[in-house]
Amino acid sequence: MNYHSPASFAEASALAANATGITRFLAGGTDVLVQLRSELVTPDTLIDIKKINGVHDITRNADGSWTLGVATTGAEMSEHPELGKDWPGVVEAMDLIGSTQVQGRATLTGNLCNGSPAADSVPAMVAAGVTVTVTGPDGMREVAVEDIPTGPGKTSLTKGEVVSAVNIPARGDNAGDAYLRFIPRTEMDIAVVGVGVDLRLDGDTITEARVALGAVAPTVLLVEDCAKAILGSTLDDAALDALAAAASAACNPIDDKRGTIEFRTEVAGVLAKRAAKIAYARAKGENA
Amino acid sequence: MALDDRKSDFTFVGTRPNRPDGLDKVTGRAKFGADISAPGMLHGAVLRSPHAHARIVKIDTSKAEAHKDVKAVVTRADFAEVPFKPGLEGEFWNVLENVMAGEKALYDGHAVAAIAASSALAARDALKLIEVEYDVLSHVTDVDKAMAPDAPVIREGAADYSVPEGMHPNVVRYHESGHGDVEAGFSEADLVTEDSFVTEATHQGYIEPHACLGMLGNDGKGELWCTTQGHWIAQKTCAALLGIETSQLRVTASEIGGGFGGKTTVFIEPVALALSRKANRPVKIVMTRSEVFRATGPTSSASMDIKIGMKKDGTITAAQGVFRLQGGAFPGAPGDMTAMCAFAPYNLTNVKQIGYDVMSNRPKQAAYRAPGAPMGAFAVESVIDELCNKLGLDPVDVRLKNAAHEGTKASYGPTYERIGLVETLEAAKAHPHYTAPLKPGQGRGISCGFWFNHGGETSVSLALSEDGSAQLMVGTPDIGGSRASMALMAAEVLGIPYENIRVTVADTASLGYNDVSHGSRVTYASGLATIKAAKHAVERLCERAATKWGIPTDAVKWEDGCAVPSGPNAGDFDPMPLADITADMGSTGGPISGHFEATPEGAGVSFGTHIVDAEVDPETGKTCVTRYTVIQDAGKAIHPTYVEGQYQGGAAQGIGWALNEEYVYGEDGRLQNSIFLDYRIPVASDLPMIDTVIVEVPNPGHPFGVRGVGETGIVPPLAAIANAVSNAAGVRMKQLPMSPPRILAALKGNG
Ligand SMILES: Cc1cc2nc3c(=O)[nH]c(=O)nc-3n(C[C@H](O)[C@H](O)[C@H](O)COP(=O)(O)OP(=O)(O)OC[C@H]3O[C@@H](n4cnc5c(N)ncnc54)[C@H](O)[C@@H]3O)c2cc1C
Repeated sequence: MNYHSPASFAEASALAANATGITRFLAGGTDVLVQLRSELVTPDTLIDIKKINGVHDITRNADGSWTLGVATTGAEMSEHPELGKDWPGVVEAMDLIGSTQVQGRATLTGNLCNGSPAADSVPAMVAAGVTVTVTGPDGMREVAVEDIPTGPGKTSLTKGEVVSAVNIPARGDNAGDAYLRFIPRTEMDIAVVGVGVDLRLDGDTITEARVALGAVAPTVLLVEDCAKAILGSTLDDAALDALAAAASAACNPIDDKRGTIEFRTEVAGVLAKRAAKIAYARAKGENA
Repeated sequence: MALDDRKSDFTFVGTRPNRPDGLDKVTGRAKFGADISAPGMLHGAVLRSPHAHARIVKIDTSKAEAHKDVKAVVTRADFAEVPFKPGLEGEFWNVLENVMAGEKALYDGHAVAAIAASSALAARDALKLIEVEYDVLSHVTDVDKAMAPDAPVIREGAADYSVPEGMHPNVVRYHESGHGDVEAGFSEADLVTEDSFVTEATHQGYIEPHACLGMLGNDGKGELWCTTQGHWIAQKTCAALLGIETSQLRVTASEIGGGFGGKTTVFIEPVALALSRKANRPVKIVMTRSEVFRATGPTSSASMDIKIGMKKDGTITAAQGVFRLQGGAFPGAPGDMTAMCAFAPYNLTNVKQIGYDVMSNRPKQAAYRAPGAPMGAFAVESVIDELCNKLGLDPVDVRLKNAAHEGTKASYGPTYERIGLVETLEAAKAHPHYTAPLKPGQGRGISCGFWFNHGGETSVSLALSEDGSAQLMVGTPDIGGSRASMALMAAEVLGIPYENIRVTVADTASLGYNDVSHGSRVTYASGLATIKAAKHAVERLCERAATKWGIPTDAVKWEDGCAVPSGPNAGDFDPMPLADITADMGSTGGPISGHFEATPEGAGVSFGTHIVDAEVDPETGKTCVTRYTVIQDAGKAIHPTYVEGQYQGGAAQGIGWALNEEYVYGEDGRLQNSIFLDYRIPVASDLPMIDTVIVEVPNPGHPFGVRGVGETGIVPPLAAIANAVSNAAGVRMKQLPMSPPRILAALKGNG
């Protein structure tokens, strides 16, 4: 196994482009090292991106948007004084991952690029409209988070491409986001269903909505029908029921050791309602 | 055992000093199974079957043997010939077959070969060089399917004499017991309820994986260090499997990171010794968690039918149960225990119970606290709860009305001596928890539970030092703070401070035979042995004082750590403290020690009653246990903190078993969830604070009244939680675990 710690993303990209066999980038390593030790994936090349300048930075840009370095950990996000006020859903989703120890290492980018359909931060990022900057042999491109995963363990990144930044939009006024997941225990578990919701209001009326579902299909789902169900509403009971129905209808889950098809389909609707209520309250400036 | 020396007021017993091994454990100084190494040590790794059931056509180890880092490879051919016999008699054969597969791989994870190499990584990598040709056979992992006529036969001829004609060969033992006439009893009932229940297999989930270091020379002399609940059984078994003399193998028990019954047998120990014998070097093997799940001993899974008749006033007129337990690819599932314990809390005129021990393509089950009893209690206590609900009766009152007491003929045969079930029920009724208001969406559940407890072969040796301190050697690994309890009991007899007693878990060469730390026997049997050994030393001390004073030995008695004249006529001498006698013992007759070797047989059965509140989210089926109270008879709590720890531990493990823990097998017969991520034991935040009440109804079979407390605590939880959840959800839950998908499906099915 070859281990590299490049000083730039261009170098990281070149290393990956020229590597043979299985290549993994090493961010927090909370997926990579676990898979290695359990002999699921033994990489031939390991490219540690944590030595690149600025990868732990959390920056608020002049327009109110945020740029996060790709090695920024869950703990660093939770401890940031402002980020969680703008995007509580994204920060809480990341904070759900693992234990205190895992939080000291795990990253948004690792969670996304590991390609698990159950990754917790991903539906929250999709709802929030987050994009990632990708550096590759042909330069840089910006990709919406929902366009990265293509199936369990698979991404749209091509050989030599590395994620070099995470971009979170400006929060703007009268808006709020939320993420909820279902697990059978209270912590240290993998989402059986995850729902991210982001809303903007005009008065009491929803004018913008993005709803994303995790763990109910081979990839995260951005569900237009969920948004339609609540747009223009005040999140009244009828809108909530329509939202739940749309969420359940969008599900295409599997039966496995973590949950049944029926269960996931049903609970996706339940969590969509609950998450929407939290996002709505937050958009109104209430504590939720 | 003669118990003329019963004691009821205590100086040390009943206090709560820190455990003697506490500092070592919190500072990391304690040595667990994997914490040892030896010069020249090799690392072992085990190749395991990926198939649930397959004939092993050929194993080619030549490539592995040729690898430069590999020092030895073993297969079944490297173990002794052990004769095959059906039933429990053939247990050495069963263990050997489990430790290293013979003609067939019998379950996913079954060991087929092992390697010793110069590093752990090299050993693991070299496993890939072993080529095994399998002829895959059809398999069965479910207990009911394993009994069906078309089930694949795991092994012909494994059934013993108890099995009725015409049963499938996978049924290997049969148990039937009871008394009275159940049919007549049912006809007297105002309401008869009949229902079926299933539980999945769970794992003890001890935090320390199995680990050992073995050394065996070609002269047949060996040393073994391992994490175990009983090193004498490890000694005996390893010697048999390797064809050496028992006494030539010295086994030392490491500190143990949990066992709960799962470390009462051997898995990797004989393999390490076989590799060592071949490589002529010490060999260490440490299991991964996945190996622990796949290839050690989880509980049985169970399928059960219960029928109970009740009168309107709550009197049980008849009770009947059929208990089918699957225990993996070997005989041993405790269907008999399940049957015998199921109705044991009740004073029944008509009772009948049947138990089946069934083989399937799963790992060989091992004991898990009160093996077999929790499942049976789940089924029986669920039906009692249902009857109480239907007849509008209070669940504690009904249990009190039917409770077994001194003189009751137990459902499994004997007549009870003094027991404490009624006291636990009365304490439950008086407990504020029982009458606390419930919030909407919450339900309350009650259950009783019973366990036999065990005595077992026991040897203890106590030696006094010249400065008046004492060293106590016991042979039962300390799995729950027993060193503290032993020191308290020795202090009580000797009259010297707790701190002056050093308790050591001696190796097999230093003490006579000791049964495993199981059956809740340690505080009872090693405790009784400690008391007797200390009394033995006290007799010697009195003799020396008598000689010094020039009076007869029977004119001296022992009081508060001193020899004193037994009465005014004996003479007027100042009390002679223990340290004054030991100071010159070398010249007054030699070292003073006390011993005990016997098989105490008055273990004293034990009962408990649990109260549980649970809240169910009707939209997701998720359960939260909001309040939990354990009430159990300890006979006499030697160290109350560790008694409470046992109660809380039983409840915590029961919550896991009831709600989320389960072995999940795929269609291919492979275990799907062999890591803690998907095998869901409760995390700390899943548990409420678990309240405990220690009831003390002294056991007539122990000098201080001790009853074992290690196992009874896991008998009521499955039922108590199921009753709470069923009452909260408004639908009877008949399958464990009551995971959210199952609860939600039950809610939907209920409309
Ligand atoms: C105990 C435990 C609990 C966990 N609990 C949860 C949980 O509750 N929810 C959850 O979603 N996950 C959970 N996880 C999984 C894991 O922690 C998360 O997925 C985490 O976010 C991964 O981040 P990382 O930085 O550690 O990724 P790494 O392990 O470093 O990398 C993961 C993947 O991302 C790729 N990658 C990393 N950086 C880049 C980059 N810059 N460009 C391109 N590809 C990249 C790697 O090649 C690799 O394939 C848990 C893990 C553990 C060990």
